[in-house]
Amino acid sequence: MGNKQTIFTDEQFEAYQDCTFFTRKEILRLHGRFHELAPHLVPMDYTNEPDIRLPPTLTVTMPELKENPFRQRIVEVFSEDGQGNLSFNDFVDMFSALCEMAPRELKAIYAFKIYDFNGDNFLCKEDLEKTLNRLTKGELTPEEVSLVCSKAIEEADLDGDSKLSFSDFENMISKAPDFLSTFHIRI
Amino acid sequence: MGTRKDRNLKNNEKKEDKGREKVEKRKKKKRVETSSEQESSEEEETRGVQETKPEVWSPEELEKLKEAVDERKKLISTLRGKPLPMRKKLQTLRESQEFVEKYEGALGKGKGRKLYAYKVMMLKKWMKFQRDFENFKTACIPWEMKIKEIESHFGSSVASYFIFLRWMYGINMILFGLTFGLVMVPEALMGRPYGSMPRKTVPRAEAANAMDFAVLWDFGGYAQYSVLFYGFYNNQRTIGWLKYRLPLSYFLVGVGTVAYSYMVVIRTMARNANQDGGGDDNSFNFSWKMFTSWDYLIGNPETADNKFASITTSFKEAILEEQESQKDDNIHLTRFLRVLANFLVLCCLAGSGYLIYFVVRRSQKFALEGLERHSWWETNEVNMVMSLLGMFCPMLFDVISKLENYHPRIALQWQLGRIFALFLGNLYTFIIALMDEINLKREEEEVVKLNMTLWEATLYNGTLEVNGTAPPITAHPADIPRGPCWETMVGQEFVRLIVSDTMTTYVMLLFGDFLRAVLVRFLNYCWCWDLEAGFPSYSEFDVSGNVLGLIFNQGMIWMGAFYAPCLPALNVLRLHVSMYLQCWAVMCCNVPQERVFKASGSNNFYMAMLLVILFLSTLPAIYTIVSIPPSFDCGPFSGKSRMFDVIQETLESDFPAWFGKVFSYASNPGLVLPFILLMVLAIYYLQSTSKSYKQANLELKKKLQTQNEENKKKNKLAALKAAMDLEEARNAGSDSPRHERDKTSPQQCHRGERGEKRGLGNRVYQGKHGHLEIPPAIQLPAPRGHLPGPLPGNQSAPRVQRVHNSKRHRE
Repeated sequence: MGNKQTIFTDEQFEAYQDCTFFTRKEILRLHGRFHELAPHLVPMDYTNEPDIRLPPTLTVTMPELKENPFRQRIVEVFSEDGQGNLSFNDFVDMFSALCEMAPRELKAIYAFKIYDFNGDNFLCKEDLEKTLNRLTKGELTPEEVSLVCSKAIEEADLDGDSKLSFSDFENMISKAPDFLSTFHIRI
Repeated sequence: MGTRKDRNLKNNEKKEDKGREKVEKRKKKKRVETSSEQESSEEEETRGVQETKPEVWSPEELEKLKEAVDERKKLISTLRGKPLPMRKKLQTLRESQEFVEKYEGALGKGKGRKLYAYKVMMLKKWMKFQRDFENFKTACIPWEMKIKEIESHFGSSVASYFIFLRWMYGINMILFGLTFGLVMVPEALMGRPYGSMPRKTVPRAEAANAMDFAVLWDFGGYAQYSVLFYGFYNNQRTIGWLKYRLPLSYFLVGVGTVAYSYMVVIRTMARNANQDGGGDDNSFNFSWKMFTSWDYLIGNPETADNKFASITTSFKEAILEEQESQKDDNIHLTRFLRVLANFLVLCCLAGSGYLIYFVVRRSQKFALEGLERHSWWETNEVNMVMSLLGMFCPMLFDVISKLENYHPRIALQWQLGRIFALFLGNLYTFIIALMDEINLKREEEEVVKLNMTLWEATLYNGTLEVNGTAPPITAHPADIPRGPCWETMVGQEFVRLIVSDTMTTYVMLLFGDFLRAVLVRFLNYCWCWDLEAGFPSYSEFDVSGNVLGLIFNQGMIWMGAFYAPCLPALNVLRLHVSMYLQCWAVMCCNVPQERVFKASGSNNFYMAMLLVILFLSTLPAIYTIVSIPPSFDCGPFSGKSRMFDVIQETLESDFPAWFGKVFSYASNPGLVLPFILLMVLAIYYLQSTSKSYKQANLELKKKLQTQNEENKKKNKLAALKAAMDLEEARNAGSDSPRHERDKTSPQQCHRGERGEKRGLGNRVYQGKHGHLEIPPAIQLPAPRGHLPGPLPGNQSAPRVQRVHNSKRHRE
C-alpha cells in the first residue's frame, strides 16, 4: 500500500481510526482522492500534518458530490471555517459521517446542519423551501412549494413553533425507513 | 461534573509526575478535590512541590482515578460518533490517551497491580489485533470499486443487488470451503483411487464414450464417477493414515451447510431489523420525501436528472393525493380487471407446473429407453423448459399486471409475489417428479440386487470349475453389475439444472440486453423513429427479478448440495462470473431507472424470502435423508439402512460406552418429548410477551400522537392568548416609543434564539402585525412553560447537543 512513500505515520493511522469509521486502506484511499483534487497543493507526505485547505470550488467537483444538490451545504457544514474550505481532517470527517458505518444519530445531526441553510439551528420554512427547490430543480410552482413546506412542518413539528428544531427533526428522521440508505456516500 | 473531576485528577497526576512522596501533600490534594474553585492556584502551588506515589493514595482516590480513566477510555471509544470537527477530535483523543497512559499504571494496588497492568496490556493487544483484523477484512472485501461505480451510476437500489450478490458469494465461499476441504479433498487424496471398485469405475458399457464432451457436459461418464457426486464415495469407516472418518464427515458437512446457512441468514435479518427505523408510519409523508428522497450516492448526471424528475413527480403526486383524497373512476371495471388478471396469473402458474411435470415424466421415459436415441433437445428438455419458463413467465406477469392499474409500488410487490410463486411451484413440481424417479430407481435397484446374486453365483461356479479353489471375485470392477444409485441421479439433475439456468441467464443477458443495446444504438442512425427514446430503447436493470433469480439459485444449491458436493463450487464459479458479466452489462447496456420504487423499506424483505427458500429447500433434502434408505452399492452410507445411522455407528465405536449410554438415554422419547414440549411452551411464552410489547408500543405511540396534537392545540391557544394580551396591552393605550426601533426586526425570528429572547420584550409592542397574526418569535417562548415534561420535542435546540453527549457518556 504505502510502500513507496510513507503518507501517514502509524500513530496518525491509529488516531484516524479512533476518530473515524475508516480502516487503514480507506484512509489511504481518502488521501488519494484528496490529493487528486489538487495535486500541486496537497503533498503526498502527511506525516507533519500540513494545514492545507481546498476551496469549495475544488471539492464540489468530486464525482461523489458533483451531482448532489446539497454539495455546497455539505462542504460548508464540514469545513471548520464554515466557508467550505476543507482541510484533510475535515475531508476525512465528512466522509466518516457519511459512511455506511456511521450511526443514525450522527448522521441526523449532520443532515440537520446541511438542511439548515441559514444556520439558525432551526429548519424554518425558508430552509425547507430552499431544500425543496434544490430537490426538484425548481420545477414546482411557488404555491406547491409553500404547500409542501407547510405540510412538512405540520407533520414534524412537535412543539408548534412552525419551524423544526433538531429534536423535531431527529424524531422524524429516526423513523424514516430510507434515511440510512440514502444519506450515505461510499468513498 | 465529570470533567471537573478529571481536572482535579489531572492536577494530582501532574504532581505525581514532578516529585516523590510526601504524605502531607495528600491533605492538600484532598482539598483540591473538594474545592474546585481553588484548583488553578492550587495547581500553581503544587507544581513545584514533590509528588506522592500512587501506593499511598487512599482507596477512594484510586476509585475516582479509575473512574476517570474508564471515562476517558469510553470517550476514546465513542469519539468517532461525536459531531465534532476532526481537529478537535484529534486533540481530545491525544489528551485522553495521554491521560490514560499516565494513570493506567497507577491503578490497582499491591498484588492486584501487576495483574491489572497485565490485563490492561492484554486488552491493548487485543484491541490492536481487532483493528488489524478489521483492516485485513476490509482489504479482503472484493469488488468495492466496481460496486461504487455502479452505485454512482444507478443509485443505491441497483447497487443493492450487487452487494447482495457479493454477500451471497461470501456465503458460498464458506460452503465451498466446507465441502471441498472436509469431503472432496480427503476422499480424493486418501480414499481408494479411481478404478479400485465398482462405484469408482465407469461401467464397461459406458466406457467407450465416457470422455466425450457431450457426456461430460451432461455430467455423465468420468464426471459422474468422480468426487463431484455422492456415488463415488466409499463407505469405509476410516480412510488413510489419518483415520479420517469420511462418512461421518460427509454427513456432518451436509448438516453443517444447512445449519450455517440458517445462522447467517437469521443473523443478518436480526441485524437489519435493528437498523430499521421505527417502521412504516404514514404521518411523515412530506417530510420524509423532503429529507430522505435524495440518494447521496448518485454521481452520474443522467441518473441525477432522473432522480430530480422522479422526486418532482412524487411530490406532485403527493400534493394531488393531499388535495383530492381519492378519485375513483369506475371501481367495478378495475375490480373486474384485477380479478381477471389474477385468474390469468393462476392459469399461467398451473400451466407451467403441469408443463414441468409432463416434461419430467417424458424425460424419464426417454431415460428408460436410453439416451442415445434422442436429440439434444429431448435430453435437455427439463432444464430448458424450466429456464425458459422462469424467463418468460415474469414478462407475461408484467404484461398482465398492466391490467390491474395498481400504484407502481404495490404492483411491484404483486409482481414479486407472483414470480416467487412461479419459481417455487416450478421447483416443487420438479422435486415431486424427482421423487417419482427415485422410487423407480429403487425398484430397479431391487431387481439389480437379485441379478447380482445370480451373477455372483454363476461367476463363482465358473471359477470353481477352472481352479478348484475358492478365490475372491476377480472380475474387473467395470464389469460388475451395479445399482442405479438414485443419489447420484438426484445430484446430477441439480447440477444440470444449475448449469442450464446459468447458461440461460447469460444468454439472456447477451441477447436481451447487449444485443438490444447494440441494435438500438446503431440502427438509430437509419431508422424512422428515435429508437433510443422511443419504443425499444435501452433496458433497465431489473433489480427484483435478478434478486429473486439469485435467491432461487441458492435454494437449488442448498437442496442439491448433499448429493452433489460440487454444487457450492459450481455456484461460486457462477457468482464470480455473474459479478463481472453483470457489472459489465449494467454499465454498458442499461439505462438508469426512471422511477425507482423499492420493494420494501428494508432489505429484510429479500432476506425473509431467502429464509423461506432455505426452509423450503432443506425440507425435501431432509426428507430424502431421513426416510429413504441409501443405495446398497454407492455412496458413503451404502450398507446402512438409513443415512443417519452413521452417527450411531460413530457413537458406538469411537466413544466410550458410557457416552453412548447417555446419548441413548437422552434420545429416549420420554426425555425428548418433554423437551420439545418445553421448547414449544417457551416459544409460546416469548411470542405472547412480544405481542404484548408490540401492543404496549402501539399504545405508547398513540398516546404520544394524541399528546402531540394536544400540545399543538395548547400551543396555538397559548399563542392566541399571547396575541390577545398583546392586543389588549396595545389597546391599553401606551403608544410605542420603541416602535421605530423594531421596524427592521421581522426577519429576526430566523436568526436564532438569541435574537428572539432579546427581541421578545420589544416586540410585544410591535404594531406591524395584524390582529391574529402572531409574531413567530412569541410563539416559541410562550408555550415552553406549558409543555409537559417527557415529550421529545421540548428541548430547545442548543441544549440538544449537550444532551446527546452526556447520553453517550452514559452508554
